[in-house]
Amino acid sequence: MTHDWLDNEAGPVVRPYAMTQGRVAPADCDFDLVAFVVATVPDMPPGQHLQPEHHAIVAAAWEPISVVELASQLDLALGVIRVLLGDLRSAGLISLYEPPAASQPHDVDVLKAVVNGLRAL
Amino acid sequence: MDSVRSDRNGSSRIPVALKILIAGGFGAGKTTMVGSVSEIRPLQTEEVLTGAEGADDVSGVEGKTTTTVTMDFGRITITEDLQLYLFGTPGQDRFWFLWDELSQGALGAVVLADTRRLADCFPSIDYFEQRGTPFVVAVNCFDEQHRFAPEAVARALDLDPGVPVVLFDARDQVAARNVLIELVEYVARRQLTTAARR
Repeated sequence: MTHDWLDNEAGPVVRPYAMTQGRVAPADCDFDLVAFVVATVPDMPPGQHLQPEHHAIVAAAWEPISVVELASQLDLALGVIRVLLGDLRSAGLISLYEPPAASQPHDVDVLKAVVNGLRAL
Repeated sequence: MDSVRSDRNGSSRIPVALKILIAGGFGAGKTTMVGSVSEIRPLQTEEVLTGAEGADDVSGVEGKTTTTVTMDFGRITITEDLQLYLFGTPGQDRFWFLWDELSQGALGAVVLADTRRLADCFPSIDYFEQRGTPFVVAVNCFDEQHRFAPEAVARALDLDPGVPVVLFDARDQVAARNVLIELVEYVARRQLTTAARR
């Protein structure tokens, strides 16, 4: 796995959008930063033309995980994650759960829970 | 392992994630604050600048197609179903377009102010005021610095009445946490007032 050229000092060896074949926007929709992703299958079915990054997403999304958390965990740019998520969604390998509409006010009970949670830190 | 996996769909619920933005001028303590209250991690946002983004100001970078911005990203787990995400917003003006996405549906923002360079936080305040995003101003008190009363800072920043101003030390976990509590309580108060007017 290790290679002389690949270490922490080397920086990115692959340009970010090379992983997406130059595509910069997902095929069908946008993915909110705090949308949650869940894999629909435990393992990638064979025969799919997918990349290691797709596999990594499916593995990380076994438990619900947010888009932003995926980007941070897999150390991929948000834009790249979104394109890859678009592929996985088209292939039916992930489900997407969008957050409530931005226009909706935050539930006061949720806010109270946040305050209590912060106090307990 | 496999049997645990097959149980998943029955047991795991979709959590709720709330966003809080940490804004302010360069060197005001954004990274320090995110780091003192949460597990901080870098987040890459390799953004495509199309130059056709309408109001977004990409002047100076018109020739670039993508730009890499690394933001501070922190998570606080309130409960299994409730997570708080902190985003240290990129300071430079040309990254305003990132703010738009971050502030969409955000719970609110903390604007960090440094009294030695108070004007640095004006753009953040203008931005949140225009968008109607609730915010608190947190004055990061560096050690030997002359302290100002919160009221004086509020006057100097020409804040709307009711916008909380707190003095704190961004390195102090409890103090940073209290700023977040102040913000969430302020958001709740605003919500109740709005609801009462309806």
